[in-house]
Amino acid sequence: MSTSDTALKTTPLTDAHIALGARMVPFAGYTMPVQYPMGVMAEHLWTREHAGLFDVSHMGQARLKGVSPLSAFEEVVPGDYIGLKPGKQKYSVLLNKKGGIIDDLMAGRPTGPDGAVTDGLFVVVNGACKDNDFKVIDDELAGQVEIERLEDRALMAIQGPEAAAVVQAHVPATADMVFMDIRAMPGFGTDLIISRSGYTGEDGYEISVPASEAVRVWNLLLSDERVKPIGLGARDSLRLEAGLPLYGHDLDETVSPVEAGLTFAINKNRREQRDFPGAARIVKELAEGTTRAKVCLRVLEGAPAREGAEVADEAGNVVGVVTSGGHSPCLKAGIALAFVPPAFKAVGTKLKVIVRGKPQSAEVVASPFVPHRYVRKV
Amino acid sequence: MRFTKDHEWVVLQGDVATVGITAHAAEQLGDVVFVETPEVGKTVKAGDAFAVVESVKAASDVYAPISGEVIEANGELGSAPETVNASPENGGWFAKVKLSDPSEYEALMDRAAYDAFLATQ
Repeated sequence: MSTSDTALKTTPLTDAHIALGARMVPFAGYTMPVQYPMGVMAEHLWTREHAGLFDVSHMGQARLKGVSPLSAFEEVVPGDYIGLKPGKQKYSVLLNKKGGIIDDLMAGRPTGPDGAVTDGLFVVVNGACKDNDFKVIDDELAGQVEIERLEDRALMAIQGPEAAAVVQAHVPATADMVFMDIRAMPGFGTDLIISRSGYTGEDGYEISVPASEAVRVWNLLLSDERVKPIGLGARDSLRLEAGLPLYGHDLDETVSPVEAGLTFAINKNRREQRDFPGAARIVKELAEGTTRAKVCLRVLEGAPAREGAEVADEAGNVVGVVTSGGHSPCLKAGIALAFVPPAFKAVGTKLKVIVRGKPQSAEVVASPFVPHRYVRKV
Repeated sequence: MRFTKDHEWVVLQGDVATVGITAHAAEQLGDVVFVETPEVGKTVKAGDAFAVVESVKAASDVYAPISGEVIEANGELGSAPETVNASPENGGWFAKVKLSDPSEYEALMDRAAYDAFLATQ
């Protein structure tokens, strides 16, 4: 492990994590905090009750610039970006030619204090995928967009019912933002690209700051007693409770957005135009259905069902597989995302998850497991 | 109390060994949310995976520190797995094993040796 450790990248906040007593693990090529001394369970519950602060600087931030970056971007994703209003961001998926998901991402049009759109399309992608993502975008959109990777910027997320009050105490101008709004504005004594979004199902903000300012802003936020640092362990259990997919587990290059239950990310006009990668497959799946569907499972007895656990029908026939799963601190039960044939996807369907050879009762439940608390109007 | 390099502990009373995971192991695992104890009546060999402990994040095997027959499992861990964190080397015991080879116990580390081993980790 020590040999690979030397090759791991750091974020501008790595030393701050170590000073806080974090347990550091390799993740997406970086050394990242999996938990702080408080522990995964307490970090998870703290975020649901107060405000959790996450370092997500391993994620890839970039600006796509060009004559018409929005229409160019539509060549690689199925979302309506031409119609994206200034000051909004939108979730989408980068697609391969077969309609499989190369990565999932956020892309937005930050507006400045004067209300005007700042330069280009601001994109945030997964850390483990970022080099390939930007290569794909560069290859596909060569001559149309220029990718300016923002490797000199850190990214942190503050999430939870008290997150907004914490941020707004420092940056009052963020108070009028609602879910999926994105701004480029001064704040915390530096320049921010800030969105009201996140990956926990809670209200909160994702805040991009210059790397040189990251530790100061991080410590400023942590100086508020409502805020605790939260590691990757709780980030995973929080996103799972929120029913949000994790790339490399619930999503991969074979999975289409229809199979993944992400049809909301395929806008109506794009379906009609059929002008995105893999459109033939995806439009067909929208019309005729898929052979597998993503479901939320609640495990009703026994051990948590984790990635790779088989899913069986009541008669014991294996029909599917868990793509990610674990223990829900809020529900105090095992929860999982799984692929099953569409015949088994209805809420209330009784299934079995097979953990270490033992079938355990499970049930298809509605997504999300824990209600989202996004702020959609202020 | 004796210890293994896999961070299990053993307390011997007569020919019955009570087995659990060490305070160090419990601390490393974090919040325990599920424990699968071995079936009573099962014969285990030293080094066999004979129980599973799950935290929020992951499942980990627990290895039998000694060979013998499982004669009792800690049923309390079913409804209160957090006992493993609260009292790892006492109330959080996993199972009682009737020893088949007492010399295995003697070969395990004592507290001083285990602490020295932890210091090398």
